[in-house]
Amino acid sequence: MLEVIGLSKTFGGLKAVQDASLKVDRGEIVSLIGPNGAGKTTLFAMISGFLKPDSGSVRYGGRDLVGMKPHEICLIGVVRTFQVVQPFANLSVRENIAVGAHARIRSRADALGRAAEIGRRLGMGKMLDQPAGALTVAGRKRLELARALATGPDLLLLDEVMAGLTPTEVSEVVNLVRGIQEAGTTILLIEHVMQAVMSLSDRTYVLNQGRMIAEGTPKSITSTPEVIEAYLGHGAAARIAAQGGGGA
Amino acid sequence: MELLGFQLPTYGWSTILGSAISGVFLGAIYALVALGLTLIYGVLHIINFAHGALLMLAMYAVYFLWHLGGVDPYLAMLIVVPGGFVFGYCLQRGVIGKTSHGRDEIILLVTLGVAIVIENAALFLFSADERNVQVPYDLDGIDLGVTYVVWTDLAALAGSLLITLALWLFMVRTDTGKAIRAVAKERQGARLVGINVDHIFAISFGIGTACVAAAASLLAPTYAVYPQFGYLFVLIAFTVVVLGGMGSFVGALVGGFVIGITEQLGRLYLGESLGLITISAIFILILLFRPTGLFGQKA
Amino acid sequence: MSERARLMGWALLATVLVLLPFGVTSGRWIDFVELTLFVAVMGQAWNILGGYGGQYSFGHALFFGTAAYIQALLQFRYGISPWVAMWFAAAGSIAVGAFVGYLSFRYGLRGSYFALITLAFAEAFHVLARSLISVTEGGRGVQLALNQDPERAIATFQFTFAGEFLQAYGYYYTILIILLLAYAATWWMERSRFGASLMAVRENEDAAEALGINAFRVKIGAICLSAAIMSMTGVYYVQKFLFVDPGIAYGPSKSVEALFAPIIGGLGTVLGPLLGAFFIHGVGEFAKEAIGAVWEERPGVDLILFGVILILVLGFLPRGLVGLLDTAWRRLTGGRGGHA
Repeated sequence: MLEVIGLSKTFGGLKAVQDASLKVDRGEIVSLIGPNGAGKTTLFAMISGFLKPDSGSVRYGGRDLVGMKPHEICLIGVVRTFQVVQPFANLSVRENIAVGAHARIRSRADALGRAAEIGRRLGMGKMLDQPAGALTVAGRKRLELARALATGPDLLLLDEVMAGLTPTEVSEVVNLVRGIQEAGTTILLIEHVMQAVMSLSDRTYVLNQGRMIAEGTPKSITSTPEVIEAYLGHGAAARIAAQGGGGA
Repeated sequence: MELLGFQLPTYGWSTILGSAISGVFLGAIYALVALGLTLIYGVLHIINFAHGALLMLAMYAVYFLWHLGGVDPYLAMLIVVPGGFVFGYCLQRGVIGKTSHGRDEIILLVTLGVAIVIENAALFLFSADERNVQVPYDLDGIDLGVTYVVWTDLAALAGSLLITLALWLFMVRTDTGKAIRAVAKERQGARLVGINVDHIFAISFGIGTACVAAAASLLAPTYAVYPQFGYLFVLIAFTVVVLGGMGSFVGALVGGFVIGITEQLGRLYLGESLGLITISAIFILILLFRPTGLFGQKA
Repeated sequence: MSERARLMGWALLATVLVLLPFGVTSGRWIDFVELTLFVAVMGQAWNILGGYGGQYSFGHALFFGTAAYIQALLQFRYGISPWVAMWFAAAGSIAVGAFVGYLSFRYGLRGSYFALITLAFAEAFHVLARSLISVTEGGRGVQLALNQDPERAIATFQFTFAGEFLQAYGYYYTILIILLLAYAATWWMERSRFGASLMAVRENEDAAEALGINAFRVKIGAICLSAAIMSMTGVYYVQKFLFVDPGIAYGPSKSVEALFAPIIGGLGTVLGPLLGAFFIHGVGEFAKEAIGAVWEERPGVDLILFGVILILVLGFLPRGLVGLLDTAWRRLTGGRGGHA
């Protein structure tokens, strides 16, 4: 469905992403993990049209997304959320979600109706008329998800929608994401909350210092030496092996 | 000569040189007005729309000192510069800082409001009449062959150079200057190391206003003042500041000369009225294609 | 307030304004309301781009002036009917809006930079209007011939020599019709996909783009709609005063007048510009009277007050007078008010 081939991006002298490739098949939940500053968000920004890669291509449904504008990419079914949530602060929750719904629905009344429906589905039924600026962190994360979902995407790119949430909130969002996938939307997610990664992902990619260093099921990934080193520092894998310990 | 199909008049070198030289002097005046503006922008990152109105106000101060007290406009600097500082400090601390919530567009609108209040207060108090300071030496000068330069223009040129130098020394050598630069660069960090940011903002605004007051003293022998006087300079000063790179003193000086010379050559070739289009044109092109200006750092 | 109640409120207000000449016989009062409506239309034009779109223009005179010049010159030079000229006036203003918008938004100018570039364009047009004498008559301005034949009052769109009623109220109804159309358009916009997209772009351009909104196109749409409404004030002005010159057309005063009312009344609300216009002009008239009573009449008083009110509203009433009313209404009804 989505195939990222050899994407690279350099900022000044810093190689943010180097020759990164990944593949997502229809119906999957794929996660992208890696230490802070690994280039995950940069990769998302390139897939969704916010940044132009220096080289490489992004294949989706037979076309190359590189060079397309974010709004065009949204309209063909690939939608991202933002790690730093970006609510339309002065609009109500309902109006926020309706902006997403308008991607496919012209009528205002229908878009607002669809927004309420999605809001309720994501457990925001009571907050629909609150201004988005007044939401808690958890509320904002949910709103980010709801807005993206309202556009009717085929592929959702979720950038740390669980960061900063309590464990209870995390498991709620995990269920929401699972529900979205079951309803037919493919998902690629960046996540630090390993509990979520482990329980949600069909496959996981690991990005470190701009390079894709591993790929596989979440279980197999955690025992890959490169991954352990990337997270715990040089030599960690050897030490863990010497202690006879397993993965995370 | 032909430009885009228009037949331009042809001039001899001496005419062009004369025009360019008067452009330098005009540019010095523009630079004078722009110096304070660029300081305020560099530190507060705000576009001070009241700058022209403050110039006008200082011109009135110089005028009344001369008219009522017989004070020579150059001597008036000793009064209007400190006065300008105090006025600017209070304006930032008491009005702009209190009402703008630190948002760019709001600051812009607040300073527009301040400009409207000052301009109309002047209209109300002093009427729309033009007033000018008359000094016995206003026509004395030196004949350069290609053009005649009056001493007052030369004083303005010297003033613009000296003020640029003084501002630069102040920013590099004094503790306050260093604090100002720290705030300009890293607002949050400056606050953390104990710099009183509101105070520094107000100081910068005060110095910017003091600069414009000094400019008023240097302009007073040449220009008549009236309530809308500032508007004449607002757009030009913005152009100079944007061209030179917001926050750069040398940029303001060079930008002033570039604009002054361009304007004079524009008037020579396009006519007195249409020649002014060069200023708006430069402004628009710079905003579109190089908003960091000639000497500005990348944002 | 429910949608229905709001609509009823507008219907009531429109009825009052339509019937006003039958109830109020004082010409001075009608003049005051007429001027206020004129400012309220300019305010709504600015509000569409500034209030709903978050793009603060400092050069709205561009659209007023371009329309005024086209309206005046087509009649002056070619004897074209004012009723035909006004379409060209609107088209001209929209074209200028699209041009300025295209350049500014293509090159990503936002916030203060957008304000500066609109100001610069207005000044450039000011210089051109003054300099291109063969086209614009230069600084002398364009003076239209006064029609003295009451029979041709409608045909010439001039009411100075018209039947008794038109002579007294023709211009009042002209600006009122413009106002009702402009406000209806804004009402519609607020409830459309376009309006929702525009507000989303104002709040956060990146997020809007991610949700499928072409921010560039939306902003161009807003500046064109804004220019179209502003152009009608230019047409009205020329038909009323039969004169335009570079200072009137492109000077800073129209740009400034256009932004007072919506900011003071309440940005991004349909009612804001009208409320703001009545408030500031009410206060202005009152102050002129008061100063004139104790002292001599002098210019400047009203603008000093406008400036002070502007600063105070920016500082302490971020949602303007509409926000104030909204809060009051909520307290009164004990329920929630919603955006007015």
